[in-house]
Amino acid sequence: MKPTDIKNPDYFHKVVDCQWACPAHTPVPEYIRMIAAGRYSDAYMVNWHSNVFPGVLGRTCDRPCEPACRRGRVEEVNAAPAPVAICRLKRVAADNKDDVKARMPRPATQKNGKRVALIGAGPASLTVARDLLPLGYNVVLYDGDALAGGMMRTQIPKFRLPETVLNEEVDYILDLEPERRLGQKINSLKGLLAEDYDAIFVGCGAPRGRELEIPGRKEAGANIHIGIDWLASVSFGHTTKIGKRVIVLGGGNTAMDCCRTSRRLGGDEVTVVVRSGFEEMKASPWEKEDAMHEGIPIHNFLVPKEFLHENGKLSGVRFEKVKAERDAKGRRNLVPSGEPDTILQCDDVLVAVGQENAFPWIERDIGLEFDKWDMPVVDPATMQSTNPKVFFGGDAAFGPKNIIWAVAHGHDAAISIDLLCQGKPTSLRPPPMVNLSSQKMGIHEWSYDNDISNDNRFKVPHAPIELTLKNVKLEVELGFDLKQAFSEAQRCLNCDIQTVFDTPKCIECDACVDICPMDCITFTANDAEEELRLHLSAPALHPTQDLYVSSVLKTGRIMAKDEDLCLHCGLCAERCPTGAWDMQKFLLEAPKTEYACHR
Amino acid sequence: MTYIVKPKLRHPAIPVNKLGFTHRDYEGTVSTLCAGCGHDSISAAIIQACFELAIEPHRVAKLSGIGCSSKTPAYFLGQSHGFNSVHGRMPSVLTGANLANKDLLYLGVSGDGDSASIGLGQFVHCVRRGVNMVYITENNGVYGLTKGQFSATADKGSKSKGGASNMDTALDLVSMALMVGASFVGRSFSGDKEQMVPLIMAAMRHPGPAFIDIISPCVAFNNHAGSTKAYDFVRAHNDAVNRLDIMEPRDPITVEYAPGTTEEVALHDGSSLRLAKLDANYDANDRIMAMAYLQAKAAKGELVTGLIYLDKHATDMHANLDTVDSPLNLMSEKELCPGAKALDGFNASHR
Repeated sequence: MKPTDIKNPDYFHKVVDCQWACPAHTPVPEYIRMIAAGRYSDAYMVNWHSNVFPGVLGRTCDRPCEPACRRGRVEEVNAAPAPVAICRLKRVAADNKDDVKARMPRPATQKNGKRVALIGAGPASLTVARDLLPLGYNVVLYDGDALAGGMMRTQIPKFRLPETVLNEEVDYILDLEPERRLGQKINSLKGLLAEDYDAIFVGCGAPRGRELEIPGRKEAGANIHIGIDWLASVSFGHTTKIGKRVIVLGGGNTAMDCCRTSRRLGGDEVTVVVRSGFEEMKASPWEKEDAMHEGIPIHNFLVPKEFLHENGKLSGVRFEKVKAERDAKGRRNLVPSGEPDTILQCDDVLVAVGQENAFPWIERDIGLEFDKWDMPVVDPATMQSTNPKVFFGGDAAFGPKNIIWAVAHGHDAAISIDLLCQGKPTSLRPPPMVNLSSQKMGIHEWSYDNDISNDNRFKVPHAPIELTLKNVKLEVELGFDLKQAFSEAQRCLNCDIQTVFDTPKCIECDACVDICPMDCITFTANDAEEELRLHLSAPALHPTQDLYVSSVLKTGRIMAKDEDLCLHCGLCAERCPTGAWDMQKFLLEAPKTEYACHR
Repeated sequence: MTYIVKPKLRHPAIPVNKLGFTHRDYEGTVSTLCAGCGHDSISAAIIQACFELAIEPHRVAKLSGIGCSSKTPAYFLGQSHGFNSVHGRMPSVLTGANLANKDLLYLGVSGDGDSASIGLGQFVHCVRRGVNMVYITENNGVYGLTKGQFSATADKGSKSKGGASNMDTALDLVSMALMVGASFVGRSFSGDKEQMVPLIMAAMRHPGPAFIDIISPCVAFNNHAGSTKAYDFVRAHNDAVNRLDIMEPRDPITVEYAPGTTEEVALHDGSSLRLAKLDANYDANDRIMAMAYLQAKAAKGELVTGLIYLDKHATDMHANLDTVDSPLNLMSEKELCPGAKALDGFNASHR
């Protein structure tokens, strides 16, 4: 293998698995250390710069960071290997910070004369607004609803995300004084393009809930509701109750929100029914768990065939039983099991079988191409459409994803809009900000806590179920208390404190090999990567995890370190007599507009 | 120096031996020696050897004297018996322990100060009595604990860290062990685990006095130009006479050597020791030749390593003394002290 190029920022970035997995590349270990040190406001600001909505995301994020977390790979000797509760630690920072208003950017005192329209006031648009407003842009924020927040307000139930938390974080952006045109729906992009905007950002989400066209849909329509519309109606207080027996169709997170909301609005017997298997459900495992904890059964392998109705009123749903089979090509198909149909009685049905993008308001003769799925053609790096003035982000860009992706799109789109307005090509992406600095080591001097905690993952306490089921606005999760938060934070392995190897200094004494608790380090003859992976002190299990390879040492061998399971405990550096190993903190900030980079 | 406990977490896919232990189960507490000390590598090699041989930790007694080397038994085999004796007196304590319970595996760990100076008399007598043990000296040529004075194994003409030359003649513990009857003699280098681990494993399976001298650079006081125990010097002057493999009965032969260059030695537990000759003229079964070879190479400034001598027909102290089959510590007081009447009868039989 060739010696590893550690100058490429991607190399050490990949080692910080959580940050690499986060679409907005939030420097996770950096803020977790701050939480452990009780620096909640600092931890909040690190988050805020990267992901804009720490309080919201700390409750609702899809957590791509957690499956990536190294802790979940190294804990095998413990009872239940589990990643650090990164998401809920973020909430700790948001809940326990001081007033951070003074640390927020101020509205620009000088305008740059450029006008940008944002369509939809959800997480993607608000991110664009935050990144552009301090630079002096005139930002005009449109939304069909009277309040900003988008799906964070309309689709996420308040028992998961209290309104105060959302309002606070939306307000940090509104305080930057965009021109608000809320309650004003855009009906023609062509019309908007004719106005004097330098750029337009479309962040309108995926606003249409998928229909379920099966017999009885029309006849029983009064008691059949589209999930996201119904959730919005509940959110705005238009809907306050539902029938006693409710069936929720669908297995995603919207379905989980629908069934749990129903439980709070009078649904005593709420059932979730999914077409496929329980394991294949799209909902996050923890959301399924929360639903089942509230006494909501989940039935699987049932395909809805007909809405049953009596005298024009919904009475139940007939389901066909199916099973999963693999066809000749190995594809998984659902085929009828041949068992008799199942009928479930109900008063109301909520349909949460997916969301769709809908752009009836975008004319097709404005140089904006759509693909064969009727989705706009968008460059995933610049978020630019084929009409150079129009940008997309969030669910509007590539279909339903989640808030953290919307934020990441927003940052990228803001960079592009800023470049466009300066007359530069949008392909001119700024590099990330990278800092690599040696850490103090030695007796009681460690600049991070390298004593690895053996605790298992802590559970977030919940409010008593007797109370939460009675009040649709009462937050279920209480959040970690500070003691739990400290202990959970200590589970973090500080993967951003990198092991940096300086080949000329190494005397090949084996001290690092002997002390490494994870058998990560090997001194061996060089070879091709596949071969080398087989000849290490311990097998390199995950090919997606890099090997760190040195140049040739005095004895002709090389040092190969498998990054996969390194605990970043720094014992290699501590036992190294010559300082060939050095622990260096790698801090990467993903590219943002000029303002956001210079905090 | 390390102040934290070595993390309990371990690689989930490291091998497990037939006792269900990983190599980590053979560790001791974290080392307090200087960073980069060769002794830590020797500890790691002992851990690896015990893991490979699937030795039950409670069947091992590790004994040591005083010095950096003698601290190391705290850093391996945390579940084994241990005895940290008076300076240079480890061989006597080991001999006594072995007399009382011959069923344990005795691991004497000492250094050049502990064995070549204050304990030299103990060392040679323990070996000549044929005590069944593995005796390892972690040989760095200096007194590290007292800041790097020359020890008795420092080569004549080698330089101290401060620049002074050693004017005294060096003691060669390997030559002494050969002279006084060690039936297994080896030498290795702490920077070469591939050589060290099989050598320690073979010594552990040897039914007699096994001695291994391991050159272990003192990074703090003896790893400079002019030292003959520095990493660079040892690597440049290492003359390995053979390579060892311990072969389990069903092990596939993975490394092929040219015909006539390997020798298989059956060990008493069914496994065998495969010796690959790196020097075709070197015969590890010939004690007289080995002694001459060592002297010749030493005169050229070269350090002979590998399995230097093996007596295939080794016996031990218990055989020499014709003791009973049962370990003495398992016998009752009545059996061990049969009383005045039995003593009278015994004395009478000699009159």
